[in-house]
Amino acid sequence: MARASVTRFDEVRAGVTVGAGTFKRLLRSPSALVGLVIVVLLLAAALLAPVLTDYDPVKQNLREVLKAPSAAHPLGTDQLGRDILARLLFGARLTLFIGAFAVSVGLAVGVPLGVISGYYRGTLDFVIQRVMDLMLSFTTFLLALTLVALLGVGLTNVIVAVGISTIPRFARLVRSSVLSIREVTYIEASMALGVPHRRVLWRHVLPNALAPVIVQATLSMGATILTAAGLGFLGLGVQPPTPEWGAMLGEGRNYIFSQPSVTTFPGLAIFLAVVGFNLLGDGLRDALDPQLRGRR
Amino acid sequence: MTSYIIQRVIGVVVTVFFVALTVFLLVRLLPGDPARVIAGVLASQQEVDRLRTRLGLDQPILKQGVIFVSDLVQGDLGVSARTSNAVTLEIGVRFPATLKLALVSTALAVLIGIPLGAFAAVRAGRLPDLLVSTVVLFGISMPVYWLGLMLIILFSIRLRWLPAAGADGVLAVILPAVTLAFFSMAFVARITRSSMLEVLHQDYVRTARSKGVSPPAVVWRHAMRNALAPVITVIGLQFGELLGGAILTETVFAWPGLGRLLVDSIFARDYPVVQGLVIVFALLFALVNLGIDLMYGVIDPRVKYG
Repeated sequence: MARASVTRFDEVRAGVTVGAGTFKRLLRSPSALVGLVIVVLLLAAALLAPVLTDYDPVKQNLREVLKAPSAAHPLGTDQLGRDILARLLFGARLTLFIGAFAVSVGLAVGVPLGVISGYYRGTLDFVIQRVMDLMLSFTTFLLALTLVALLGVGLTNVIVAVGISTIPRFARLVRSSVLSIREVTYIEASMALGVPHRRVLWRHVLPNALAPVIVQATLSMGATILTAAGLGFLGLGVQPPTPEWGAMLGEGRNYIFSQPSVTTFPGLAIFLAVVGFNLLGDGLRDALDPQLRGRR
Repeated sequence: MTSYIIQRVIGVVVTVFFVALTVFLLVRLLPGDPARVIAGVLASQQEVDRLRTRLGLDQPILKQGVIFVSDLVQGDLGVSARTSNAVTLEIGVRFPATLKLALVSTALAVLIGIPLGAFAAVRAGRLPDLLVSTVVLFGISMPVYWLGLMLIILFSIRLRWLPAAGADGVLAVILPAVTLAFFSMAFVARITRSSMLEVLHQDYVRTARSKGVSPPAVVWRHAMRNALAPVITVIGLQFGELLGGAILTETVFAWPGLGRLLVDSIFARDYPVVQGLVIVFALLFALVNLGIDLMYGVIDPRVKYG
């Protein structure tokens, strides 16, 4: 039960904690609810893709090239006669997969770096922060693009490149949370009692630094989807014939004169997915941080 | 003040140096033979060897590093593998187009974003605020390449009002600039709104109101100046990003700037140009950041540099 009181104490300090009321507060905000619905629909589309369409997302049908939306093809067909709806549904899998794994890379590297930086401070902190500065002297997209240029194209490299580009944000965020948590009396008390560093970190510091990380991770899903699709658009992401939304847009670009729907729908899908994660992220932030509510 | 500037300039130099060193090492330490990659799969072994000698890749890495750094100090970024022109020339030729696009779209973003954000703050929680918030959400969630294509479909293909590609004439800048400005505008509006909300709650604003200053004057003359610092930061960062090549937008509109050069060079495996561009982008970004920090003092005399 010591944990509960610790959590409440921290709520006063940082005002950001995950509690039982979070979800309820989240559902009370109409915009967060819209975000949640979009994300759930996206997940459903990804999971149920084979059920929702009879078409094969990669099988070409050269007799049905660049068709406008119709009963047979609700969103039309692309330059190789493939059903656009089927490609979008299967593409949702890829979008979520890339987003989730890229954010995981950012979390897996960024969070420990931030914790080390904020908790141990000193030289290690200085070195880590200078490396983060270096990475932040590029925009996220430029960083990801340069890494892909060096690593080469393909699914794994895109995930690694986009993931690396999100590291500094997590490291910075966690560092500043840890810096403030470190000053709290109960941490001082644990250290005075001789609790080993590792235990203080895992049991006390990290759980309390978690809430802003959840918010950032949600917002990062939107950002990584945009970045990964941008790489796909340039032809430097996931390679054809994989139905990746950005690549679909990039390939369809050459046909905007004859059949605009080839570019309209994949772009709309990317846009909606990003809107969903952004709304959900903002909603989570408001639900987690009472001080921020209605401000931002 | 002078010592602050000197300190910051040294910081810029150090950052750019480390960026350059990192890119240099990455290009050479990654698996694969850069000379083979640049020359292409179809090139004969002789051609690859010749290219390797020409680019200095046959030297030991330490020697390459020394040459690289001493060239860098003299402002020499090497030679393009594709055109054999100096990398600095390739970049210099393309820079004006990127600068033009960055200036026009930043101006658009500021002129629309600041009033929009201020308006939303004044009407916080009401319909106008909600509308502005929606525009902001759309702006930050929009894939620029998609927005660009949709604008081309509407204004170039359907209405035939504006050119879809290239940089000839005054009209050509409109679509790419609007495309780019949408994201920045949303960002500027969002920050202006939250910064303004904070300032509007302060005592001196209440004083101004109670002594009968008209509402627009309160917002524009009293509150704005104090709300501006974070807005300047965002504008500067956006401008810095745009200078770093609006990669996707330039690609959509075939705009002959640095972003397009980067993409072309990546496809052509022209590593000297890619390497040079990354260094130049880091330099531009650091300089813009320095500029923003110096501007704080102009906007807010309370800011002290230390």
